[in-house]
Amino acid sequence: MKPTRLTPPLSEPDIRKLRTGDLVSITGKIVTARDKAYTRAISDAKLPVKLQGGIVYHCGPLAKRTPSGWKVVSAGPTTSARMDQIQAKFVKLTGVRALIGKGGVGEKVAGQLARLGCVYLAFPGGTGALAAKSVAKIEGVFWRDLGIPEALWVLRVRDFGPLVVAIDTRGDNIYLDQKRWN
Amino acid sequence: MLTEDGLYRVVLEMLHRAEITLPGDVTRALKRALNRGRNPIAKLQLELMLKNLKVAKKMDVPICQDTGTFTFFVQIGRKLQLNFDLRDVLTRAVTEATLKVPLRTNVVDPITRKPMKSNTGEGQPNIHIELVEGNEFQIDLLVRGSGAENCGRLFMLGPTAGSDGVKQAVLTTLREAGGKPCPPTIVGVGIGGTMETACVGAKRALLRSLKKPNSDPALAKLERKIELAANRLDIGPMGLGGRTTVLGVRIEKATSHTASLPVAVAFQCWAARRASAKLVNGEPRLVEP
Ligand code: SF4
Repeated sequence: MKPTRLTPPLSEPDIRKLRTGDLVSITGKIVTARDKAYTRAISDAKLPVKLQGGIVYHCGPLAKRTPSGWKVVSAGPTTSARMDQIQAKFVKLTGVRALIGKGGVGEKVAGQLARLGCVYLAFPGGTGALAAKSVAKIEGVFWRDLGIPEALWVLRVRDFGPLVVAIDTRGDNIYLDQKRWN
Repeated sequence: MLTEDGLYRVVLEMLHRAEITLPGDVTRALKRALNRGRNPIAKLQLELMLKNLKVAKKMDVPICQDTGTFTFFVQIGRKLQLNFDLRDVLTRAVTEATLKVPLRTNVVDPITRKPMKSNTGEGQPNIHIELVEGNEFQIDLLVRGSGAENCGRLFMLGPTAGSDGVKQAVLTTLREAGGKPCPPTIVGVGIGGTMETACVGAKRALLRSLKKPNSDPALAKLERKIELAANRLDIGPMGLGGRTTVLGVRIEKATSHTASLPVAVAFQCWAARRASAKLVNGEPRLVEP
């Protein structure tokens, strides 16, 4: 199956068309955020970057400072469920249309994301070297004081994927859709 | 001769190699998993993992951006005399590797969450020392990412829960963990001893190659049994379903109090990074990966 190309900003109808099991790839701007950035975004009630229709990547990159600026060395996804307590709040606040991560989110959060019109895209954890290869450029970094992994990295990616649509806006959830619960 | 400088250099090499490449037994197990089952998403996850290994090696960059924390197991022959501070050597090697490889700075204060410099601090790196016979010296390293670390569990089972109780404890841990520890995982199980010996046993068990069966036939059988049951859970690579949830189960056992049965379960993610070095003709040499 050839992945569908997503180029943010994304509209709600674009996202509502996606179904679990579909493959997508991303070309354009994505922003990393994890525990500390989520917490700050909620307490400040704002972000230094516009995320309406955007894509948030649950990732704490390994980045290195070079004479020509920052370079992403390895940047695979982190466990999304760690942010579950404020996941829906964050999505509502920012208006993001897709989250990229690993391991999925809790059942309740999956339902909230579906209502908000936000999909969950999975990329295999641990594939940091491969993911870093699709980063064409670092467009900016905010909240550096949170530490390198926890900062907001604005990345321009090219053909990042294939990502699996793991939770769609109907609330279908690949992580639950298995025999394992019998 | 085991000199301070010789050890420092080999530990630095261990850290570097462990981060950018996997031991052969792990890569082979991942390749074998490609042919198990027909779930296309499971296959895609495994293909991406294998592709990632090639990229990491070629570009000489860490396999995973979570370059982890470090647990060293050191076996020191009782006839050896070390005229240097072992902890200091390991700490300096971690500091240097953090800059050179480079590694992500993951270590923070547990309460204030303030980042520590260069992945060292109280209790980091984590060092377990064991005294052995003669003048042997071996050092083994486990790289511990938080995804795998956070899904570990300790069970204080009823004393008569038996091998079935152990199996259920592992399966419960696997179900709770789902895709979070980056399956297919290697599962380390420490049975018996006390709270802490079970936990350390579970971790040390993760050092054993996937090629090597348990030397105790009864435990080898139990490992097989748990592995088969685990791979029927349909958690699959990255929790997206499929027939490979674990690459192997590794058990270590210790005798326990008549009224206790501690069971610790520790995961190692598919990026099962480890390294070993030992004295070869008196010189410390990297033996894996
Ligand atoms: S658990 Fe996953 S993300 Fe964490 S170190 Fe292992 S492979 Fe990387």
